[in-house]
Amino acid sequence: MTDNPTFDRIQGEIDGNDVVLFMKGNPMFPQCGFSAAVSQVLSTLQVKFKGVDVLEDMEIRDGIKQFSNWPTIPQLYVKGEFVGGCDIVREMAETGELEKLFEEKAVATAE
Amino acid sequence: MSVQSTIEQKIQDALKPEFLEVINESHMHNVPPGSESHFKVIIVSPDFAPLGRVQRHQAVNGILADELAGPVHALSMETHTAPEWEQRGGQRLQSPQCHGGSKADQ
Repeated sequence: MTDNPTFDRIQGEIDGNDVVLFMKGNPMFPQCGFSAAVSQVLSTLQVKFKGVDVLEDMEIRDGIKQFSNWPTIPQLYVKGEFVGGCDIVREMAETGELEKLFEEKAVATAE
Repeated sequence: MSVQSTIEQKIQDALKPEFLEVINESHMHNVPPGSESHFKVIIVSPDFAPLGRVQRHQAVNGILADELAGPVHALSMETHTAPEWEQRGGQRLQSPQCHGGSKADQ
């Protein structure tokens, strides 16, 4: 627990889900091209993830930026670790590093 | 000075890049013509060598903190060292088109 209730909620999402994407919109209907791109990468790898729509919650929207020291949305967390935003996720998907990360962290991808 | 020139200048001063390209991608988004709100930067600098991807981006975000807190709504970046850039053959990723959701932020 911290003395910041928003940080606690964010931490709760990250602890409660192997793969969490803080995004604009939801995985079915992303509201931003950058969120859509990451969502699509995860779907292609058939990774189950929890999408947290920051547009629905101003506290999370502002809080996540401080929490991660990262000024933009989307933000991907895997097993509690901040992986990065859209550029990093796409770069890692392209080089195969993302799939490797999921393997290493024992996150199920395509069967 | 335009936002674009400011970004170029600040990165130039801070990272002494071997290659720097600052692209205004605002036209790909739901903003008025001539806007300087969405940028992509490609930076090749030896300073990145000891840093992981997240740290590299945090470094650039730190250099451009004023711009990100102000006129710049989205900053896409590629951060490489010279050997990494060479390995990629100088090839960059395409930025995604906006889906319109960011409009509410303006």
